[in-house]
Amino acid sequence: MPVNSIFGVFAKSPIKPIQLHMDKVATCSELLLPFFEACSKNDWVEAEVVRKQISQYEKQADELKRELRLTLPKGLFMPIDRADLLELVNRQDKIANTAKDIAGRTFGRQLQIPNEIFVDFMAYVQRSLDAIQQAKNAINELDELLETGFKGREVDIVTKMIEVLETIEDDTDSLQIKLRRNLLAIEDNYKPVDVMFLYKILEWVGSLADHSELIGTQLELILARS
Amino acid sequence: MEILNTYGSMLVIFAGAVGFLMAWGIGANDVANAMGTSVGSKALTIKQAIIIAMIFEFAGAYLAGGEVTSTIRKGIIDVAYFIDQPELLVFGMTAALLAAGLWLIIASYFGWPVSTTHSIVGAIVGFSAVGVGVDSVTWSKVVGIIGSWIITPLISGIIAYFIFMSSQKLIFNTKDPIANAKRFVPFYMFLAGFILSLVTITKGLKHVGLHVSTMEAIASAVIIGLLVAITGKFFVNRVKIDPQADKHMHFANVEKIFAVLMIVTACAMAFAHGSNDVANAIGPLAAVVSIVEHNGQIAAKAELAWWILPLGGVGIVLGLAIFGKRVMATIGNGITHLTPSRGFAAELAAASTVVIASGTGLPISTTQTLVGAVLGVGMARGIAALNLGVVRNIVISWIVTLPIGAGLSIVFFYILKSVFS
Repeated sequence: MPVNSIFGVFAKSPIKPIQLHMDKVATCSELLLPFFEACSKNDWVEAEVVRKQISQYEKQADELKRELRLTLPKGLFMPIDRADLLELVNRQDKIANTAKDIAGRTFGRQLQIPNEIFVDFMAYVQRSLDAIQQAKNAINELDELLETGFKGREVDIVTKMIEVLETIEDDTDSLQIKLRRNLLAIEDNYKPVDVMFLYKILEWVGSLADHSELIGTQLELILARS
Repeated sequence: MEILNTYGSMLVIFAGAVGFLMAWGIGANDVANAMGTSVGSKALTIKQAIIIAMIFEFAGAYLAGGEVTSTIRKGIIDVAYFIDQPELLVFGMTAALLAAGLWLIIASYFGWPVSTTHSIVGAIVGFSAVGVGVDSVTWSKVVGIIGSWIITPLISGIIAYFIFMSSQKLIFNTKDPIANAKRFVPFYMFLAGFILSLVTITKGLKHVGLHVSTMEAIASAVIIGLLVAITGKFFVNRVKIDPQADKHMHFANVEKIFAVLMIVTACAMAFAHGSNDVANAIGPLAAVVSIVEHNGQIAAKAELAWWILPLGGVGIVLGLAIFGKRVMATIGNGITHLTPSRGFAAELAAASTVVIASGTGLPISTTQTLVGAVLGVGMARGIAALNLGVVRNIVISWIVTLPIGAGLSIVFFYILKSVFS
């Protein structure tokens, strides 16, 4: 006997899936550290293993993104605009895509980070991952935001988190400038094509932080519309 | 007249059986809507919800069901048209019961959320307008009732919006939500106890034979409200605060406190539902019984036979005891993202609106009022996602119910008429 209940009115909340997606994205990009460690040791077997993991997580993130889109049919009445939510997920997803590209390109060319800049480079990657982590923390506040009706103290908490996210992104910018300068100093010692790709990788690692910052901007937009 | 003398007791027994089945159907189906919010937000287990529903549905039906019953019984149609042929009213009311009951069964089978109130009102208007004459319907009253169907969800939505906003302001958006929850939750409990007992005392108790003055009523309502709040406060203080739970979700402990409040609002909801919806089953029965008992005289002032309200109450309780569990299990799995702090706002708003309507004798739809309240909380940005398509379908099924209830009751009316004459 089907139930003639009114509770079909409650649609599946998109918040949990968004958080799961962000978790997946963060896990995926964090693997870049062991990946570059393996590359620096010239251990391409291990690097391949990690790269495969990264690509697997990226696929899972894609899957979650698709699922999320399916839970967001038109005709939903939500405290957050549907378009804003979809944009948020797109921005999250770009991080996983970039991480996959970084690992793929580096592995494909068996590109090694020059020893002279390796320590700085790893710090730079770490800082970009910090930005992702901070974005994830902010996304994790979405259910608290819902509890408080997107108002008041909880908004302040999230706004502060976004400010921190922006400082982290600034850090990655200056780290990138420093790395470029150092690379410029030693670039004559390496194959020109490799150097070109190194610049590219620097850029991409930076864009991990950029995309994280864009998640923050999108959240700010969502909060501003309340 | 002869028909009534010959078949009188048979007609009463038949109408009684159909009315009882109808009450049973309301219990099995409709109560799930009233209690689903509490079960869905995990404030109550299914078993607890059923026990609460059994007690408070019966109390609501018995103590506060009288006004609406009298509207259904003699408010919608102008009994003056039936004085010469009272048997038509007996057939008509029985036909209306059959029609609404059948429609409820069909709708349950397909899983459509219909309103028993709409079916019974449609059915009564149907047999009266077509079987007897358009003028035999008190159209002004019918327009008022239909108008109330638009206004009550709106009112309950607005109330829910403000209740939710107040809980946000007083509790969630403060420095110490747990302390403030402990402080203010008993106040909401008082509100629930006060409104329900006030309406019951002023409007309901005269059917039980008690008469009280307004001042006495207010005073006793305040006392009952305070008793509810003090008892609630005791249980709120016993809520175990688990700091570990807040690491994952900052408001986990606050929600635990709201879960206690939701037990109170669930009682209120069951009470309100009983007070309004019992009439759908026993209002027509009351009309039949009154005519047969007075040997065909349509007594405008006739008192409600003592056994009718309890019959409806028992029917509802049996229905929910036997089928309610299964129905609620289905619902409980459906709502995953309704937390007690939202559920309480929706329930308190809906219960207050319904019980006030019961007091004024308006047969409204409990589920409609609850949907209005849920949308109100949604407007306050309290619910993650609401399916407006489902809301539209619900509204359509309510509108469709009126002509179908009317059509079925016309058919049954002519069948009964030809069988008995």
